[in-house]
Amino acid sequence: MMFAAQSIAEFFDWLGGWQYVAAALIHAVLLIQVFALSPFAFIWLERKVSGRIQDRLGPTRVGGLFGWLQSLADGIKLVQKEDLCPPAADSMLFRSAPYVVCVASFAAFMVLPFSNGWVAVAADCGLFIMLAILSLEVFGIIMAGYSSGSKWSLFGGMREAAQMVSYEIPLAICALVPVVAAGSLNLGEIGGMQRGWFGYWFLFHDPFTFIAFFCYFIVATASCKRAPFDLAEAESELVGGFHTEYSGMRWSFFFMGEYASMFAVCGIAAILFLGGWNTGIGPLDDALYAARNAGADGTGLAVVGYLANVIGAFVFASKASLGVFVQVWLRWTLPRLRIDQVMTTCLKYLVPISCFLFLGAIAWPLLMLTVLGQTTWTSSPLGKQVSAEVYESQVVQARSAERASLLDVENRTAELELATKALVAGKERLAAAKNASESEKNSSDSQLTSLQEEVAALEKAEQEARVSLESANETAQKAILKARLLIEGRASVNKNAAAAREQGVVR
Amino acid sequence: MAAGLNAYLLVGAVLFVCGVICMATKRNGIGVLMGVELVLNGANVNFVAFSRYTDLGLDGQIFSLFVIVLAAAEAAVALAIALNFYNNHLTIDVDRANKLKG
Amino acid sequence: MSGENFLFSVFAILTCVSALAVVLSQTVVRMAFWLVISLGSTAALFFLANADFVGAAQLLIYVGGTLVLLVFGVMLTASGPYMKIGTSAGETVVAGLLGLLFLFVVFACIGGVEWRKPVTGSADNIATGAVGNTLRPLGLSFLGVRPDADLATGKPPEASGYLLPFEIVSVHLLVVLIGASYLARAKRRAAPVGQ
Repeated sequence: MMFAAQSIAEFFDWLGGWQYVAAALIHAVLLIQVFALSPFAFIWLERKVSGRIQDRLGPTRVGGLFGWLQSLADGIKLVQKEDLCPPAADSMLFRSAPYVVCVASFAAFMVLPFSNGWVAVAADCGLFIMLAILSLEVFGIIMAGYSSGSKWSLFGGMREAAQMVSYEIPLAICALVPVVAAGSLNLGEIGGMQRGWFGYWFLFHDPFTFIAFFCYFIVATASCKRAPFDLAEAESELVGGFHTEYSGMRWSFFFMGEYASMFAVCGIAAILFLGGWNTGIGPLDDALYAARNAGADGTGLAVVGYLANVIGAFVFASKASLGVFVQVWLRWTLPRLRIDQVMTTCLKYLVPISCFLFLGAIAWPLLMLTVLGQTTWTSSPLGKQVSAEVYESQVVQARSAERASLLDVENRTAELELATKALVAGKERLAAAKNASESEKNSSDSQLTSLQEEVAALEKAEQEARVSLESANETAQKAILKARLLIEGRASVNKNAAAAREQGVVR
Repeated sequence: MAAGLNAYLLVGAVLFVCGVICMATKRNGIGVLMGVELVLNGANVNFVAFSRYTDLGLDGQIFSLFVIVLAAAEAAVALAIALNFYNNHLTIDVDRANKLKG
Repeated sequence: MSGENFLFSVFAILTCVSALAVVLSQTVVRMAFWLVISLGSTAALFFLANADFVGAAQLLIYVGGTLVLLVFGVMLTASGPYMKIGTSAGETVVAGLLGLLFLFVVFACIGGVEWRKPVTGSADNIATGAVGNTLRPLGLSFLGVRPDADLATGKPPEASGYLLPFEIVSVHLLVVLIGASYLARAKRRAAPVGQ
């Protein structure tokens, strides 16, 4: 993550076939730090925010100022607790359920880019893989609920199963709305497309993505089973829900998984809607991009490129943490819904709304293309890139029309020549026949008149061929003119497109 | 074990046979369903292996995608049938489904 | 042994052992747990075979969707805690012997066939590519255009697409959606008249 995978693999060249394993281990260790430290920070944040909202101070003592070591103290306390397994529980499932939750939310970080190129696995279908892995988390929770041998836990597990199977649908559809605008599932590419002023962020791409962001955020809150959707652990009704019977470290694994997946879904939101690691200030972004490229090319200092990526990662982490902060804020502000209200919200409102947004996001670029000539309403390079492609196809069409009309003119000219030849031959025959009739005085008039009729018909055909040639000439000239105009205009459009490509829009 | 066509096919074969035994021996309706999933999964492994190690191209991956989607559909319908069966017999032991036995 | 072979061995063994555990475990939820491990490591095998999209689809649809549905079904149909419907010892022995025989037959088949033109290097394979970025080719195939086949053979683009099966599957899914919800709906008995 922190370095390019390739360079690490080169560094471990002497390991033979194992160099990629070594590189993978380094990535995994770096990622597990993110996975372990972000819950550390967010649990402290949760305590502080809830304290402030309830007019308290929150933790103040552990670790000096603001009690920032409170989470560490909690962790030490939890490690010391006894690891209990109730006699009624199915002990194998009971013991392994927390690991399933933890592994699922940790593995999701594998495809999450933290900055330009800072990603463990730059998969082409990164978003799809990430949603798939995050959906595994629910299985651990259901297992925990079922295997605890307690009614509270079973209720929690069943609620979680019903809730998650329903909420996965609008989650995926809302995440697809910016994907439609970007034309890629690669999270790194999607982030890179939003470089420039913050109007280029997919949040402001069109009204549908704007609504989709809020829709996504609601659904993502529900999919992390955060209040007001935390029916699986509803303390006031189910004691602790699925984790009623858990204690010590296994209990805390559930919470590490929960806070890590909060960060993961907010990270997806930051990349899909909020510009990822881009600052949203045009010139600054361009400078950072140039610094990164110079570092990668070897033309500039590698350290500068590295620092630019550090800034990018910091921007990305702040955006994602802002999302987590809003989720914490919501938790301590809103009352919990009832289970039937949770299901109604999803199936009757969020699913139809997200389907509508998906259709709208497909229609919007077409509307913009007919009205403005580019697929975005901002001057985003993304829209110009597409319009250049469309323009290019228009040029190709005009050229083929030009070629077809020229071919038509040639054919018509040949036809006219044939007609003229036939006319000349007919006239000669008529003249010969006239001469013969004058010299012999006895030939039939009927032959003469038929020949005269023939020549008249030939004359008519020749006239028609002449007219059609003229019209073909006219069409050809129009087609040539259109193609000329388009080709002349192409230079400026291409310049725009080249600028767009330079700005990092990968197509 | 070296990753190659035969190695993938062996994994697929083990999955397939486990699935068949599961289908044959489990008396729980949902257990039988899990056997079917294993069998389909064994077929998927074969498809993907052929797509990777022969000149078959993308066909193998496309087939396995179709298999995954249809397996999901099959599981939904089978589960609905199991729920109906449970409503009538208060069990999902498939040996109890003998009303039509002559 | 290179890294790829090592990873393949780990996931292949995990797949096979947990598939065996599915057969041998007695409670349904344990079966579901082992099935998750088996299907998840199969998805890892797909990633190793350069089929990223298929692997992700396997995780999302099979593990995240179908199995959650199955466990949900187990919970709805359980008549007691940790319901066990066991088989007798004789049945188990017979099934085991038959399974071993069947496995032997399949292994003999695999070993005995000369497979057509095996491609060993990943770079040789146009379709899957070296890094498994099959997303765009797969999407185009479902829309009826086959980039790999058409480029390789020069056949007309209509020759080798999957548009019709794709449409049929989507209609089929809609039918299943409606049919399953009809089958599983809560049946309300009419209230007895006059009481």
